[in-house]
Amino acid sequence: MSVIKQCLVSHTLLLITMLVAPFSVLAEESKFNMPRGVTEISEEVYDIHMLVFYICCVIGIAVFAVMFYSLLKHRKSVGAVPSQFHDNTAVEIIWTLVPTLILVLIAVPATKTLLKIEVDREADMSIKVTGWQWKWQYEYLDEDISFFSNLSEASNQARQRASGIDPSTVENYLLDVDNPVVIPVNTRVRFLVTSADVIHSWWVPALGWKQDAIPGFINTAWTEVKEPGIYRGQCAELCGKDHGYMPVVLEAKSQADYAEWVKEQQRKQEEAMLASGRDWSMDELMSRGEKIYTANCAACHQANGEGIGMFPALKGSPVATQGSVEEHTKLVLNGLNAMPAFGAQLNDADIAAIVTYERNAWGNDVGDMIQPSAVKALR
Amino acid sequence: MSTAITHEEEHHEDLTGWRRWVFATNHKDIGTMYLWFSFAMFLLGGAFALVIRAELFVPGLQLVEPDFFNQMTTMHGLIMVFGAVMPATVGMANWMVPLMIGAPDMALPRMNNWSFWILPFAFSLLVSTFFMEGGAPAFGWTFYAPLSTTFAPSTTDFFIFGVHLMGFSSIMGSINIIATILNLRAPGMTLMKLPLFVWTWLITAFLLIAVMPVLAGAVTMMLMDRNFGTSFFDAAGGGDPVLFQHVFWFFGHPEVYIMILPAFGIVSQIIPTFARKPLFGYASMVYAVAAIAFLSFIVWAHHMFAVGMPVAGELYFMYATTLIAIPTGVKVFNWVATMWRGAMTFETPMLFAIAFVVLFTIGGLSGLMLGVAPADKQYHDTYFVVAHFHYVLVTGAVFALMAGTYYWLPKWTGYMYDERLGKIHFWISTISVNVLFFPMHFSGLAGMPRRIPDYAVQFADWNFLSSVGGFVFGFSQLLFFYIVIKAIRGGEPATNRVWEGAEGLEWTLSSPPPHHSFTVPPEVR
Repeated sequence: MSVIKQCLVSHTLLLITMLVAPFSVLAEESKFNMPRGVTEISEEVYDIHMLVFYICCVIGIAVFAVMFYSLLKHRKSVGAVPSQFHDNTAVEIIWTLVPTLILVLIAVPATKTLLKIEVDREADMSIKVTGWQWKWQYEYLDEDISFFSNLSEASNQARQRASGIDPSTVENYLLDVDNPVVIPVNTRVRFLVTSADVIHSWWVPALGWKQDAIPGFINTAWTEVKEPGIYRGQCAELCGKDHGYMPVVLEAKSQADYAEWVKEQQRKQEEAMLASGRDWSMDELMSRGEKIYTANCAACHQANGEGIGMFPALKGSPVATQGSVEEHTKLVLNGLNAMPAFGAQLNDADIAAIVTYERNAWGNDVGDMIQPSAVKALR
Repeated sequence: MSTAITHEEEHHEDLTGWRRWVFATNHKDIGTMYLWFSFAMFLLGGAFALVIRAELFVPGLQLVEPDFFNQMTTMHGLIMVFGAVMPATVGMANWMVPLMIGAPDMALPRMNNWSFWILPFAFSLLVSTFFMEGGAPAFGWTFYAPLSTTFAPSTTDFFIFGVHLMGFSSIMGSINIIATILNLRAPGMTLMKLPLFVWTWLITAFLLIAVMPVLAGAVTMMLMDRNFGTSFFDAAGGGDPVLFQHVFWFFGHPEVYIMILPAFGIVSQIIPTFARKPLFGYASMVYAVAAIAFLSFIVWAHHMFAVGMPVAGELYFMYATTLIAIPTGVKVFNWVATMWRGAMTFETPMLFAIAFVVLFTIGGLSGLMLGVAPADKQYHDTYFVVAHFHYVLVTGAVFALMAGTYYWLPKWTGYMYDERLGKIHFWISTISVNVLFFPMHFSGLAGMPRRIPDYAVQFADWNFLSSVGGFVFGFSQLLFFYIVIKAIRGGEPATNRVWEGAEGLEWTLSSPPPHHSFTVPPEVR
């Protein structure tokens, strides 16, 4: 008897926890629930989410209430005598029809919002988003701006195994990048989402949707952010070993600030162009090479050049120590098997820096170097 | 005893030692092997899950490299789906279908042997990749191309052949079950008198035969892309990576029903027994299972609301998906109505069955939420999805399998299991499994993607809780193992009927049943 009583108490407690938990936690929004977001779409998506959630709670509570009443009253130990009914057409029709009506009730707003999300009318500006293993590339089609967005250096250092850095001391740990994508507020922005290698998924919860980035496809999605701010998300589709380390950071600026930012970016692009046109010294190439290598190559070939798993070591490798600098450069430009073609990602100066660095770091000490102009000739 | 029986027994060669198992043709021996195999895989897949939960215990990367973490999530999924849940349901079918329909054995005993013995080889191929250069599959149990083709290590070919072998095994097992149910029923056992477990397995077997070849097709195309220069899924060669997802989920969605329908069947056997009252709405239960099976073929792309389908496609898949709630609701309502005004007792099988109804319903309701396409654009690929499918697969399918094990264990072994330990196992499992999976709803909604080895610090509390629950749940299954071993070794002898309210042919036989279950077909009225 006491066992049953105990069971009963725990059962009830369990039920209460499960049913009450979702309600009581709504007060403290972000930790428990979907963000309401900063666009009309995200707010509608949130409302549908809450509508369906409440409907599910009502259904759940009703079903479990009947069941637990039965568990209490219709037990052999309280002298219940089993009745032998096993059919009731009226009841069965009701509990088929009522759920059907509820589904229609859900379908109406869901359809409306879905149509709104998917309608692809003319946007004010377009940004091409390309997923790479493991970073995002943003190209502003009308402004001639293009850049990559990598996990921030602070997060990248802390995320290494046994780094000894406490993640809670790193600001926006794993949700911070070097170059966020910037858009103006109250502007309809179209995103053209694609991938250069495997499938990724571009997701900022505050916008209310995620969109897969698929090689060979250009998916479109759009947003219109109401408030300036920084909104953070992550790649949502498993894309290989560093899937967890390619966050999406979107910065919405006022129209004026955005125009300022565009000018700044265009100035930077120009500078980079000039840099590729001149000759570099060995020291310049090495110090730039280390930086670019860390951001682009170290994820696979490792910071110490020793490689890991299926990714080969560069330290002492034939390509970096015995082959010609031209062959080495071509490999970096065009890629091989799982290695992407970096020619599409980096400018001539960066490629020259990486190749020079790989040939002279970690005791490779080949001693030769390549100039950006020579890289250009090999493209 | 009739002369027919004596005649049979004289000619029966009793294999002993290892020959009994390697050359097994008896449905009970093969069923036993299936069940032990699946339990071993359950522990292996569970060990992988504990590596995942250990790494996710606190933010930061402490134990394993990201690539190995991905191997863990992938192998956990593959082993649990193909190695633990599926073979366990086949094992129960092997044991119980002949007993329930009044047959002497399965219709095709030698094929039965083959379909089991393929499995250890299939999983050896799969697990051997851990010891090779490149490591085990690390692209998720859904192995989306091109991550699993152009970008995967050479060990992927072992995975592909492993999946091929699992497919052979499943298809042969299914043919056997269909042949048995359609041909070996006792006189008077019409289709609409079949116990629900038999019905659910009949329908599951057809699902398997329909979709395992589709899976085989998907992995064969992968094999061609990887080794023979085709471009089925390679955009650079004119192929289509999204095609892979369509083909995979055309298999994958029925697959989830392949795992849950036999669980429905088990629970539909147990609840009437302990409510001492016939199953409510038998016919509607059968129709609901058939309806769910049919719907499972036409909803696959609800796993793909983020790939950029045309809006008409998204609308269709949303409507079709939410329709599944109707027959599923019918089943839940019928179980509750079966309890209603019964005279219930709460032995361990009933406790697990009740927990199944509650927790599976929670998983079903979050499934309804996921089916709503605009909201799924947020939920997709987050821990909310992980919470959902673990509620339907662990507290759904696995709880039903545990319920079935306790329910039939006295019939299988001839001894009662230790009821007190069974209840302790139930309570520890039920509480810890909710501590494990319920917080995942919150971390998912708050924005945590699935399949990541490390996470932003705002998800730390939920992950900590989940990990605590995970370790308790994982280790409490060793108690289950002990209880089963204890019952096999002896205990209070079980009667033929075992449970006061049990109805059906299987309870007319001795516990354990004779070698050739029914040598003379029983008469069913």
